Amino acid sequence: MRVTFTVNGRPQEADDVWEGESLLYVLRERLGLPGSKNACEQGECGSCTVRLDGVPVCACLVAAGQVEGREVVTVEGLADYAKQRAEHGGCASGACGTADAAAGTPLDEARRRAARGTDSHTGEGTELSPIQQAFIDAGAVQCGFCTPGLLVAADEMLERHPNPTDADIREALSGNLCRCTGYEKIMDAVRLAAARQSEGV
Amino acid sequence: MDEPGPPHTIWLDRNHSETTETKKRAGQMDFLRPASWEEALAAKAEHPTAVPIAGGTDVMVEINFDHRRPEYLLDLNRVGDLYEWEVGEETVRLGASVPYTRIMEHLRPELPGLALASHTVASPQIRNRGGVGGNLGTASPAGDAHPALLAAGARVEVESVRGSRLIPIDDFYTGVKRNALAPDELIRAVHIDRADGPQQYSKVGTRNAMVIAVCAFGLALHPATRTVRTGIGSAAPTPVRAKAAEEFLNAALDEGGFWDNGRIITPSVAKQFAELCSAACNPIDDVRGTASYRRHAVGVMARRTLMWTWESYRGDAARTEGVA
Amino acid sequence: MGTTGLPTNITQGSRTKGGIGESTLRPDGTLKVTGEFAYSSDMWHEDMLWGQILRSTVAHAEIVSIDTGEALATPGVYAVMTYDDLPTDVRNYGLEIQDTPVLAHGKVRHHGEPVAIVAADHPETARRAAAKIKVEYRELPVITDEASATAPDAILVHDNRTDHHIGHVPHPNIVHRQPIIRGDVAKARERADVIVEGEYVFGMQDQAFLGPESGLAVPAEDGGVDLYVATQWLHSDLRQIAPVLGLPEDKVRMTLAGVGGAFGGREDLSMQIHACLLALRTGKPVKIVYNRFESFFGHVHRHPAKLHYEHGATKDGRLTHLKARIVLDGGAYASASPAVVGNASSLGAGPYVIEDVDIEAVALYTNNPPCGAMRGFGAVQACFAYEAQMDKLAARLGMDPVEFRRINAMSQGTALPTGQVVDSPAPVAELLRRVKAMPMPPEQQWLAAGEAADVRELPGGLSNTTHGEGVVRGVGYAVGIKNVGFSEGFDDYSTARVRMEVVGGEPVATVHTAMAEVGQGGITVHAQIARTELGVTQVTINPADTRVGSAGSTSASRQTYVTGGAVKNACELVREKVLELGRRKFGTYHPAWATAELLLESGKVVTDAGEVLADLVDVLGDEAVEVEEEWRHRPTEPFDLRTGQGFGHVQYSFAAHRAVVEVDTELGLVKVVELACAQDVGKALNPLSVLGQIQGGTTQGLGIAVMEEIIVDPKTAKVRNPSFTDYLIPTILDTPTIPVDVLELADEHAPYGLRGVGEAPTLSSTPAVLAAIRAATGLELNRTPVRPEHLTGTA
Repeated sequence: MRVTFTVNGRPQEADDVWEGESLLYVLRERLGLPGSKNACEQGECGSCTVRLDGVPVCACLVAAGQVEGREVVTVEGLADYAKQRAEHGGCASGACGTADAAAGTPLDEARRRAARGTDSHTGEGTELSPIQQAFIDAGAVQCGFCTPGLLVAADEMLERHPNPTDADIREALSGNLCRCTGYEKIMDAVRLAAARQSEGV
Repeated sequence: MDEPGPPHTIWLDRNHSETTETKKRAGQMDFLRPASWEEALAAKAEHPTAVPIAGGTDVMVEINFDHRRPEYLLDLNRVGDLYEWEVGEETVRLGASVPYTRIMEHLRPELPGLALASHTVASPQIRNRGGVGGNLGTASPAGDAHPALLAAGARVEVESVRGSRLIPIDDFYTGVKRNALAPDELIRAVHIDRADGPQQYSKVGTRNAMVIAVCAFGLALHPATRTVRTGIGSAAPTPVRAKAAEEFLNAALDEGGFWDNGRIITPSVAKQFAELCSAACNPIDDVRGTASYRRHAVGVMARRTLMWTWESYRGDAARTEGVA
Repeated sequence: MGTTGLPTNITQGSRTKGGIGESTLRPDGTLKVTGEFAYSSDMWHEDMLWGQILRSTVAHAEIVSIDTGEALATPGVYAVMTYDDLPTDVRNYGLEIQDTPVLAHGKVRHHGEPVAIVAADHPETARRAAAKIKVEYRELPVITDEASATAPDAILVHDNRTDHHIGHVPHPNIVHRQPIIRGDVAKARERADVIVEGEYVFGMQDQAFLGPESGLAVPAEDGGVDLYVATQWLHSDLRQIAPVLGLPEDKVRMTLAGVGGAFGGREDLSMQIHACLLALRTGKPVKIVYNRFESFFGHVHRHPAKLHYEHGATKDGRLTHLKARIVLDGGAYASASPAVVGNASSLGAGPYVIEDVDIEAVALYTNNPPCGAMRGFGAVQACFAYEAQMDKLAARLGMDPVEFRRINAMSQGTALPTGQVVDSPAPVAELLRRVKAMPMPPEQQWLAAGEAADVRELPGGLSNTTHGEGVVRGVGYAVGIKNVGFSEGFDDYSTARVRMEVVGGEPVATVHTAMAEVGQGGITVHAQIARTELGVTQVTINPADTRVGSAGSTSASRQTYVTGGAVKNACELVREKVLELGRRKFGTYHPAWATAELLLESGKVVTDAGEVLADLVDVLGDEAVEVEEEWRHRPTEPFDLRTGQGFGHVQYSFAAHRAVVEVDTELGLVKVVELACAQDVGKALNPLSVLGQIQGGTTQGLGIAVMEEIIVDPKTAKVRNPSFTDYLIPTILDTPTIPVDVLELADEHAPYGLRGVGEAPTLSSTPAVLAAIRAATGLELNRTPVRPEHLTGTA
């Protein structure tokens, strides 16, 4: 079957999708967006967290056919999403308003950015969302496999809850497993992002 | 040293038009996308083996792990009514697909037991997708909503092209992962009386979040009828009520004039209630826990939820009701 | 960072920004937060096929027949292979003992053993085809424990063993046996005023790295294959893969793909050979990605263990003796079992002074899942037992458990039961003192938020099981000792290639090693070392591959020491060459070129007095200076097979924990409130990464204390919980704050004085939590993980 939907503000179409495929498979294997990770395929790890019409969900548990006509934001689009939210002074999701499809980063441009220069493997110079920057700065990334899902979940939590308590952070991220960090640096990162956000940095 | 660049730059450069050749021969499955409730019923009538999928949090796991290859998937995401709820004077009509997150956030005053149960469901991501329709459709004894629905005395609204009916929750669970639905029926909504008294819900898992119930317990005080109802999860082949415990407690509360005098429930009454709740279990040993532990834990939860609800009934809510 | 009045560090700091000792940020951080970092499961190749493995549904059986006909006939299937299709006579592999069949031959020895492989154009097609392969099994009785393994009529898991351990094991179903005997236990026992015994059980833990096994094999025109894979040790993989394929090693070109965690679980091969076989058979690139279910069968686990310990002590609290027997279940294949036995036995006495010791450790062959490397590697199981013993002894003597440990703590100069005298700091007592001195978390944290109980701060968490009822606090302590690096005479080396040249008007260092970056931050540290040693700011880290010499494994807490050491060494050699170049070009202009000690700092050649002699840009000009060199730490020696004596380990690492828990004593649910850690790291090359290692290791120890266990049915040897639904690892709501006090006492034998960090915290975290739960409940608790039924008498 064919599935047409919007990913990171850009219309996408996947053809010959097997009916049993998940949104995660379509993103990773058909649309060239492997940022959302496949770690359990049963909604028990959160590594594939994306926003579906603004709401964080496990992409592995959404049937591909269910996203027809809907809007998905993945980690690849998080920086732009956060930027739009900051510029529009609120929420960038389809749930809180109309996302400007034209403002999304075309995939080709994103790729060119990734492939730029010999320093491409450090990704230096890439524009990041506050939560992405905070994860790097706080040492919240080790193997990084849980990171994309955590970023999407944490970013959404900070959107709803700009000044979370530690217990709020833990609850909001309780669907995202991390095996490397012991979560301490992840807590630091979210606190840091919240603090920077409230300082308007 | 040739090619100092990282290997991944090669692999990110995909040409997707090349990947689209895969044919349906892999696993024959049709994806039905009804745009309305009527279309959904028609599809289900035409394909009674079709597996309804809404939040996907049960069905997709089975598909991902090759445990299930239904001929038809019946997507209910487009059926808007299923995501709506109506708060009536007496009753809440809760659409089958209303996500648990919404129940937690919007229906706590009306459905406190179910709201507490919703908060224990898996993870925030799952709570954003799953609803009670899925729990009822799967009818796993471990479904988190069941004890709350049993305690509240819910009715399940099911419908087919033949017509609609309300199934009392007590008659809904018919066996291990089996329910009272006919093959052509779909779950449309759940009717739950607005709480007329305190309700509580507890669930034991071996992790502090994102865990399947080892066992669970729901309790609702119904001051209007001066009755107490219970629900037990994961401690019998189906979700069950502890009827003997309810009868005992109803009688004890009645005899002691507790509903009127608001006295503290005596430890011996609480203890016997707990024991009768344990006795209502018919659990098994499995990787999540022993039968013996389940019986024990149901008793502890029964006693605690009774104390919490009763304290709350006595008007001392602030100190005993949990937050979060 | 903690400070100390104890021996000072040998620090070779750098005034060049971003050098060692700074918390520089990960070079791959941006890629990882943007989703652009390519993990092994993310790779894609035009025209690629998907590989699928058919695994045994029974644990022990003869294979009567395999029928692949229907699978091969499935449209979209390109190849189906079984044992009969293997290209050469080398059909087994293994880390130390080549006992593991690439595909089952005549027999399967554990649940989930690979039997056949399929390549198809869509993963679902491959799955459907694999399901059509008909395998007929004739089931055999299962061997699941020591009794069944060594029974007189026991079936041998492996007939005709020829490995080098068979000569000294008491039974062919024992992989390896290592006694450690020192002094005279019988005599020492007479001096003991108290003797405590315990029988301890340690559950099977899974590494549960989040990125499942995966990789991509691309057939090459020269008949070879390029393999992109997530592993811990490229060259060890290569050594095992190439002979099975019948290819020389230079035709199997391996590149490390992004690794989603490892923790020991990628030390053995998983899908590597299978992907290469299918790629070579079909002539197409083949990608294999395990799902979570398969991952539980696709790698070895931590050895479950039964440990019998007897300690004696005098009235004044001095240990008299230790007699211990440690039985590790190695499962169906050897994997790293021999080395795990070496660790469990040689470290079995813990970080204590005990003169008279008799320890025996064995690993069994059984039909249980194969077990091998996991963070802590043998030392974890022993630490759980000896720390429980320390608490029991202290209780018997009426002493404070920390004070009792302090009295018996080893220190630099102590002779271990192996006879090895520890020749670098061993601040066991100091770590205990520090962890005890850390401030305690407030009581009843669940009331802190306001009047109502915040269930998120209580046992049971969001499940709303208690609002404070039945909740009792407990505090427990533990300390452990772990070896660093490969031991027992293994030639433990690493290789680094370092190049220095001017790029874009700036001196740039390029570091190329085969070290597997699995998340630990080794590449961060390599860049720091290069900056410190070469005075550059720009460092390029090449992808790890087999075009450079072996780096050894990312395990045994060894990479910063060994590959870090190799990078440092190669940098020093490059520096000498650069200075030589400078002397040739500029030596006549300044006498300091000949007389002073010269350093490279901030892009310049400077004297140790700080005088600038030249810009590196000018020294280098158009030339590139490059060195590739192996580097070794001090050699170790094997343990004597009868007595266990020997200089077996090159370095030791120590951590201590204090656990504070709240236990719902009625429901048996545990909330760990805080897990404080004090650890000596020698020298923190990257303090932020050090904390990450300690907190991560601590949390894995917490997992084994209260929730993590692979449950194997003792009747069938089948795994009952191969999923993240039933194999639980800690969530962020299960994990407490982990304050860390880092001590830096240099080991003069190690580069920069550093000490391996990654594993020690996984040792002491588990027994500290158990001790705290014992303190809260008064229960003996001799097994881990402890489950609610163990705390409520309902097991």
